[in-house]
Amino acid sequence: MSDEINNKKDQPTRREFIHIATTAVGAVGAGCVALPLVTQMNPDASVKALAKVEVDISKIEKGSQVTAMWRGKPIFIRRRTDEEVQKARKVKLDELKDPQKDEDRVKKGKDEWLVMLGVCTHLGCVPLNQQGEYGGWFCPCHGSHYDISGRIRKGPAPKNMEIPNYEFVSDTKLIIG
Amino acid sequence: MSDTNYKPTSALGKWFDERLPLLTLFNGHLMQYPTPKNLNYWWTFGGILTFCLVTQIITGIVLAMHYTAHADLAFSSVEHIMRDVNYGWLIRYIHANGASMFFLAVYIHIFRALFYGSYKSPREVIWILGIFIYILMMAAAFMGYVLPWGQMSFWGATVITNLFSAIPLIGESVTQWLWGGYSVDNPTLNRFFSLHYLIPFLILGLVILHIWALHVPGNNNPVGIDLKKDGSDTVPFHPYIVIKDLFALVIFMIVFAGFVFYAPNVLGHSDNYIPANPLVTPSHIVPEWYLLPFYAILRSVPDKLGGVVLMFGAILILAALPWLDTSKVRSAIFRPIYKQFFWLLVIDVLVLGYMGAMPAEGTYLLISRIATVYYFAHFIIIMPILGFMEKTKPVPLSIADPIISGSGNFAAAKKDKI
Repeated sequence: MSDEINNKKDQPTRREFIHIATTAVGAVGAGCVALPLVTQMNPDASVKALAKVEVDISKIEKGSQVTAMWRGKPIFIRRRTDEEVQKARKVKLDELKDPQKDEDRVKKGKDEWLVMLGVCTHLGCVPLNQQGEYGGWFCPCHGSHYDISGRIRKGPAPKNMEIPNYEFVSDTKLIIG
Repeated sequence: MSDTNYKPTSALGKWFDERLPLLTLFNGHLMQYPTPKNLNYWWTFGGILTFCLVTQIITGIVLAMHYTAHADLAFSSVEHIMRDVNYGWLIRYIHANGASMFFLAVYIHIFRALFYGSYKSPREVIWILGIFIYILMMAAAFMGYVLPWGQMSFWGATVITNLFSAIPLIGESVTQWLWGGYSVDNPTLNRFFSLHYLIPFLILGLVILHIWALHVPGNNNPVGIDLKKDGSDTVPFHPYIVIKDLFALVIFMIVFAGFVFYAPNVLGHSDNYIPANPLVTPSHIVPEWYLLPFYAILRSVPDKLGGVVLMFGAILILAALPWLDTSKVRSAIFRPIYKQFFWLLVIDVLVLGYMGAMPAEGTYLLISRIATVYYFAHFIIIMPILGFMEKTKPVPLSIADPIISGSGNFAAAKKDKI
């Protein structure tokens, strides 16, 4: 019987074919089962549903900051003074680790409003307001310094603090998300 | 290795053993198992570690009966354990300090292996299984520390899970997958609880493999030589080693109880008695003491990905040690130069640990950078070169020999014991 199966030496036998086919179907099946088991850990529908928040900004004075919560993370809403905006714009791009113009980090005509994710891009701590060597934020966890535009200037963080999607629905109201 | 002539004495024992030879297995591995007769107290930490694992599993199962894994309830359920549950304070303090004692014992166990060259051929697999156990211990300890949902829990979890965001391209999706959201939150707490419950049983499985692999070549010993085949170098595990292990365990338990009853919070961080607040990071985040050396390595690198790679590299490099160490002599007793480097490594790790607890700035940062470079240099440069350069002392032919002849080697060996 085995002679019959193995008579063509250089060609796969029927038994080899069955082995490979069975293994392949088994692997595909295992992959199909693994997929839901892995993706169940991704953000679920209830987490994704909390995607937008509304913030009243009418009471924020110049030079001060409020913190809103969005997706479990703090959002810094900072109403900068004119000097601070000037200072942010004077910085040359080649001094920056993650070069980005201050103009690109705010909405046009709303230059005093800096709205950003208050999360250090190093390991996710919340930086402290009005501290650090660049007059912006300082992360106490591992010593990252951010300037008044939220750009990384010194320390281990690789990127500027992130700007979320947001819009001014009126002069006093902001929607984040 | 095991006594093949073993027969249970009772009729029931015989009946059972013929159907499932469990008694033969226990007799071979826990009674007759031949152990080198010169094992010192540094060899008792294997037994102590087994005790620690069992303690953590038992107290952990009990705590899980009273704990609630929900972001809104976890903190108060831990307070409920401390105040309302009968002896809850005792069980929780044993569990929390038990983690520290577990790591204390495992560090002694690891450094014992480093001193006496226990990782070298033919024991590489035992060593690598040990590193897997150590990594799982760190994972279990980290996730366990998150469960009380205090400030250090929350921010420790944030910092550690953010390490994965350093992975190029897929980093962000990986972290969100780990979190089950856009930040550390209730889904994260839930899965950490599930995994924290799972990991000790994975460790238990690896411990069985670790002991199985150990019982193939048998124990290394303070002089680090292969044993004579005639059995003159060995004593049976029971009662000789069992009693010695138990005595060491009692001493260890005194220290353990000292922490539990007199200083139950000294190894923890007071910030963890503040409920988690995602809007405020504590001004000074530190991990538990046993993770500090790796934390110092992470912070010493001014680049995010680089820091993460070096931190994990610091653990993984241990797995390559059997091949990085080129010396044929196992025990540091006969390696005068290595012995000095061994103690330098101990000091280096302690320095890193201290730096991990200090703020990452100025002199502290400089010292942790030097210590990080030295840590890697020890394994990558010193260990391979030293094996070729070092002139080792003469090694005895057997454990029995120098004792009988009273030769100088044994006297030297005895004096040099740490």
